[in-house]
Amino acid sequence: MENLLEIDNLTFSRSGRVLYDDISLRIVKGKTTAIMGPSGIGKTTMLRLIGGQLKPDSGDIRFKGESIQDMSRNRLFTVRRQMSMLFQSGALFTDMTVYDNIAFPLREHTKLSESVIKTIVLLKLQAVGLRGAAHLMPAELSGGMARRAALARAIALDPELIMYDEPFGGQDPISMGVLVKLIKALNDALQLTSIVVTHDVTEVLTIADYIYILAEKKVIGSGTPEQIKQSDSPLVQQFLNGEADGPVPFHYPADKLENAFLGVK
Amino acid sequence: MQWLADIGHNTIDTVRSFGRAFLMLVGAIIAKPQLIKNTPLTIKQIYVVGVQSLLIIIVSGLFIGMVMALQGYTILVDYGAEGSLGPMVALSLLRELGPVVTALLFAGRAGSALTAEIGLMKATEQLSSLEMMAVDPLRRVVAPRLWAGIISMPMLALIFSAVGILGGHIVGVDWLGVDAGSYWSIMQSSVDWDKDIVNGIIKTFVFAFVITWIAIFKGYDSIPTSEGISKATTETVVFSSLAVLGLDFILTALMFGIE
Repeated sequence: MENLLEIDNLTFSRSGRVLYDDISLRIVKGKTTAIMGPSGIGKTTMLRLIGGQLKPDSGDIRFKGESIQDMSRNRLFTVRRQMSMLFQSGALFTDMTVYDNIAFPLREHTKLSESVIKTIVLLKLQAVGLRGAAHLMPAELSGGMARRAALARAIALDPELIMYDEPFGGQDPISMGVLVKLIKALNDALQLTSIVVTHDVTEVLTIADYIYILAEKKVIGSGTPEQIKQSDSPLVQQFLNGEADGPVPFHYPADKLENAFLGVK
Repeated sequence: MQWLADIGHNTIDTVRSFGRAFLMLVGAIIAKPQLIKNTPLTIKQIYVVGVQSLLIIIVSGLFIGMVMALQGYTILVDYGAEGSLGPMVALSLLRELGPVVTALLFAGRAGSALTAEIGLMKATEQLSSLEMMAVDPLRRVVAPRLWAGIISMPMLALIFSAVGILGGHIVGVDWLGVDAGSYWSIMQSSVDWDKDIVNGIIKTFVFAFVITWIAIFKGYDSIPTSEGISKATTETVVFSSLAVLGLDFILTALMFGIE
C-alpha cells in the first residue's frame, strides 16, 4: 500500500513542553486514519505540523515523498492545494455567505467562469445537504450545519488529503450521525485520504481504517479498529472505555492534600 | 537582580514584536500585487474604515469648528480683530486639529475595529484556514486593510477641516455677526497651499500609516482569546494615540520649526 504521508522520528515542543517525542506515523493513500488521544496531547498540533503551519524540532514529515519542513513558502502553498483541513470551529469566513465561502478557494485558485463555479458549489452543497442554505450567513447556521458547510468548502478543490480536526466535537447525536455518514461517503466516493483527529471513540471506530493512539508524547497503540479494541495496553483500554482513573491519572500532579491544608511545602 | 532580568526580558520582547511588525508590513506591502483580486477588497475596506467613520468625523469637525470660533471670537473681539476669525479657525484646523483629532478619532473608531476584527479572525481560525487554503493572509486580509487606512484617513482629515471651517462660519458669521467677506477673504489670503495644506496632508498620511500598521499588527499578533483580543484592542488605541501625538510634535518641528 502506498503512503501519502510519512512522519518519521518527529519531535516537537512548545513553550518548553514536549508534545511529541520521536514518533513515527504512516498515512496510507485512500484510507481513513484516525489519530486519537486524551485532550491536551496536541492532536491539532499534529495537523498543523502536517500542513506546514508549524515546524518540528526534529524529524521528517513527507507528503508524497517531499519534506514539508524543507519546502519554500511558494512550494508549500502549491502543496497545500492538494490538502485541505476541516477546522474544529468550521472557520467559515463570517463576512461571506455559505455560497461565497465554498466558492472562495475556487475563485482564488482557478480561472473557472462564475457559471462553472456555481455548478461546482451547488454540487458540493448538495453533497452535504445544504444547497438550500447557500444564501445564509455563517452566523445563521447551527454548529452542525457550519461544519457541513466547512466540509463542502474543504472538498471544493477536490484535494487528495483531508484533515478533520475534532469533526464530532460538541455535536448533537443527529449532527454527529450526519457527519459520520458524510465523511464515510465522501471518502468512498472521492477516494480521499483522510486523517481524523478526535477523541470520540465510538464514531471513529466505525469510519477509520487504521488508528493511532497518542499519549504521553508517544504512540501508545496503533492498528485496525479490531486490533485496537483487543489491545492489552492499560492506557489504550482506559482511553477506549473512558475510565476516569488509570494510567492517565484523575488528579493533576500535586502535593498531598493534607500538606496543602497544613501549609507544608 | 530579578528586576534587571525583567527589564532585559521586556526589552527583548519589545524588540521582537517590532521585528514581527516590520516583517508583517514587508509581507503585506511586497506581496505580489494582484490588482484584479485586491482592488475590490481594498474598496470594501475603504467603505468599512473610511465611509463608516464619516459620521463621527463630520459631527466632531462641526463642533470643534464651532467651539473654536466661539472661543476665538471672545478673544479677538477685545482687540477689534474679529475679522481674523476665519484664518484662525482655518489654520488651526489645517495645520493641527484636522490631522491630529481625525487621527485620534480614527484610532478609536477604525483602528480598534481593525484590531478586533483581525484578532477574532485569528481566534476563530479564519486566518489559519486561509493559510491551509494556500491563500496568504497578508495579501488577502492585511494588505487591503492597510491600503484602505492609508487612503481613507487623509480624506477624512480634509473633510474634518472643511466641516470645521463651516462650523466656524455658522458660529462666527451667522450667529456672532462677523463679516462673511472678511471671514473668507482673509482666510484665503492667509492660508498657504504648501505650508499649511500640503504639510497638513503629509501629517495625515504619516498618522494614517502608523495607526493602521499598529491596528493591524496588534490584531494579527494578538493572543487568540477574549482577554488577548481585548488587550490588543486597548493597546491599539493607546499606542496609536501616543504615536500620533509624539509624531505630531516631531513633524511640526520639522515643518514649522523656527529656523
